[in-house]
Amino acid sequence: MPLRMDRFSAPDASLAVTGLAVARAGIAVLEGVSFALSPGQALVIRGPNGIGKTTLLRTLSGLQPPLAGRIEGAAEAVAYAGHADGLKATLTVAENLSFWAAIHGSAGIGPALAAMNLTALQGRPAGSLSAGQKRRLALARMLVSGRPVWVMDEPTVSLDAGSVALFADAVRAHLARGGAAVMATHIDLGLPGAAVLDLAPFRARPPAEGGLAGRFDNGFDEAFA
Amino acid sequence: MIALLARDLRLAVRAGGGFGLGLAFFLIVTALVPFGVGPEGGTLARIAPGILWVGALLACLLSLDRIFALDFEDGSLDLLATAPIPLEAVVAVKSLAHWLTTGLPLVLAAPVFGLLLNLPGPGYGALVASLAVGTPALSVIGAFGAALTVGLKRGGLLLSLLVLPLYVPTLIFGAEAVRRGAGGLDFATPLMLLAAITAGALAGLPFAAAAAIRVNLR
Repeated sequence: MPLRMDRFSAPDASLAVTGLAVARAGIAVLEGVSFALSPGQALVIRGPNGIGKTTLLRTLSGLQPPLAGRIEGAAEAVAYAGHADGLKATLTVAENLSFWAAIHGSAGIGPALAAMNLTALQGRPAGSLSAGQKRRLALARMLVSGRPVWVMDEPTVSLDAGSVALFADAVRAHLARGGAAVMATHIDLGLPGAAVLDLAPFRARPPAEGGLAGRFDNGFDEAFA
Repeated sequence: MIALLARDLRLAVRAGGGFGLGLAFFLIVTALVPFGVGPEGGTLARIAPGILWVGALLACLLSLDRIFALDFEDGSLDLLATAPIPLEAVVAVKSLAHWLTTGLPLVLAAPVFGLLLNLPGPGYGALVASLAVGTPALSVIGAFGAALTVGLKRGGLLLSLLVLPLYVPTLIFGAEAVRRGAGGLDFATPLMLLAAITAGALAGLPFAAAAAIRVNLR
């Protein structure tokens, strides 16, 4: 079986967030974020620079703990793609992708290479790729992860129009298989029934209004209490 | 986990991976010492155990900051932290890869470097045994230091300051084993203490290092 084309079994592709507050560098940036995502759904996150999109996505991926609130859904279900592509310049395209396929226990990188139009480049060292080609390789990694919830931070940066269409097709296929996706992006991918979450209303409020702004993450103190 | 080990070894031998750097450094240190202290064989033989161990330790230190820093810079560490293998295993595997590319070549090449320093005949067994038992501890302790400093700009210098004091027990028992071996004495006791340090470091430090990485990734 080259790529998981079956519907995702456990862990489930649903993700529910209630009253989530997140902190960047220990300072609250967002609070009261709630949404629910069921299999087959996509959520597009919007908001001005610095509002906390990346922080929210990293929290959803389990890379940092929430300041408050709850995330329901297994962290093991989430595949994360951040700003950095996570590629090794001296390894070839195929070696980079095979590594992540092996880590995630999925077999075969051929379909993922084909889906992102990288088959002709597979013998090239990743360091010699253009920015857009690197991005496509980073997105191909999502396909080999076999995980049901894709969390992506500005996935279309440096992609040309053709590659954006390829990426949109991959996301649509992922949703059709019962996967889910959360992404911070400012371009319209033409995803069917994608919900849009604008983060501006969730900016952390000052303490005078009962908010968390300016409150430091006291996780360290708790750890040593 | 085998995939991670294979990737790290492959990266080490590719261009710019730093494989052999530690070995070359060790060679230069042991070649420079006779120039510094003079060619008198007796002096060299007396200081050889200490010089060999200090050289091995510094050679190990040279490549420590690469263990996690490179993966942090290109975003791979985020992805490894969200991957299905536990971060403790990632630390253990990366320490093993560091030992295979730095510690193991030192162990194998040490007898040759012993010759350069006129190490007395009976000392060679002790030298190889003590390095084989002691260098894994250097890699694991170093990985812990690298985990603490990952994400810091110019973390390499701080890493050295953090890690070198932690290397002191390994150095004391390692050099003592070689000294006793060179003198024709039984070196089982320092070797066993060295093994105890290595076993303790292997058992505990991957957990501490994984916790440090989690904090640094926030």
